[in-house]
Amino acid sequence: MNFLNGITLLLVYQLVGEVTVRLLDVPIPGPVLGMVMLFVTLLIRGQAPESVDQASSALLSHLSLLFVPAGVGMMVHFDRIAEEWVPITLALLLSTIVTMVATALIMQLTTRWLVGSHQGKEPDGD
Amino acid sequence: MTDPGLKDIWVYLSASPLLGLTMTLVAYGLAYRLYLRTRSNPLANPVVTSVGMLIGVLVLTGTSYDDYFEGGQFVHFLLGPATVALAVPLYQQFSRLRQLWLPVTISLVCGVTIAAGSSIGLAWLLGGSTEIQMSLAPKSATAPVAMGISEKIGGLPSLTAVLVVITGITGAVLGTKLFEWLRVTDDTAKGIAMGVAAHGIGTARAFQVSPQMGAFSGLAMALSAFATALLVPWLVDLMQFLISQSSSS
Repeated sequence: MNFLNGITLLLVYQLVGEVTVRLLDVPIPGPVLGMVMLFVTLLIRGQAPESVDQASSALLSHLSLLFVPAGVGMMVHFDRIAEEWVPITLALLLSTIVTMVATALIMQLTTRWLVGSHQGKEPDGD
Repeated sequence: MTDPGLKDIWVYLSASPLLGLTMTLVAYGLAYRLYLRTRSNPLANPVVTSVGMLIGVLVLTGTSYDDYFEGGQFVHFLLGPATVALAVPLYQQFSRLRQLWLPVTISLVCGVTIAAGSSIGLAWLLGGSTEIQMSLAPKSATAPVAMGISEKIGGLPSLTAVLVVITGITGAVLGTKLFEWLRVTDDTAKGIAMGVAAHGIGTARAFQVSPQMGAFSGLAMALSAFATALLVPWLVDLMQFLISQSSSS
């Protein structure tokens, strides 16, 4: 029952998010607004109810599974991808590498400068 | 399938959601077992192997994607509540987040801008069409968010979904090696970078490395979903303006 309550709550927040986005014509997707609303609720309540905790870890522990049907959709776009495969593959690959490298370095440097080195792991650790 | 009985059964099954749903779960189950068998080698990413298996089966049996998606949609649908569910790890890491809010904010804004800006810029430089540039722009955000943005800015949402998956896989496969070369040792920095660049697939990988890296990756993914939704449409206008300026001069 706990899990069911949790998943129901998640769906209610998503639904409220979707409706709000449509009513107010906000440029963010409904589930994201639902996430923000749930986050604010948890902050106000001061704890995550066990049901929500259970449902969320169940969904998030196999997050990669949820991407599989979209990934299979690649077969529909084979022609499009084959047509423009050079810009698609190179832009995707390089952009992902650049983003990852830049974000990691910026995060590491700003943490050391702004928060102090005691926050991170010791540099000579494993 | 010489037996007419079997053929009838196949016709029935391929038209019902049951087969697509079961195939998805079985393929993922096998792929995940393989991933564990290789001691979580990033090259054996379960999304790659299960997508590969499923496309193989669909092509060999001549089943269309639409028929498969009748069943696949039930799994796909869960991306919505999973996005909402990210509020929980976000909340659990709140005290750490409050300490690190300034570095996290800076890295996040830079990361999201670089992710979208570099993919539009590179695709444009390499001769990709506007539709491809727009489909690539939100590729580092999680699927439901990216598809929504893609639709708004003139991309193809279903192509974006595919590019999102490939991006996540790329990040999950290359991430740990890149951090090793760069000598990035903080799990918080590794997690933030993984979540910003490679959303949920990267987060799934980050949880394999350490719980802290996973939590921060989930956090970065949730925050960058929000930041991407706010920043990317605006950034796209700016980039299109710059591109039109440079091509008209």
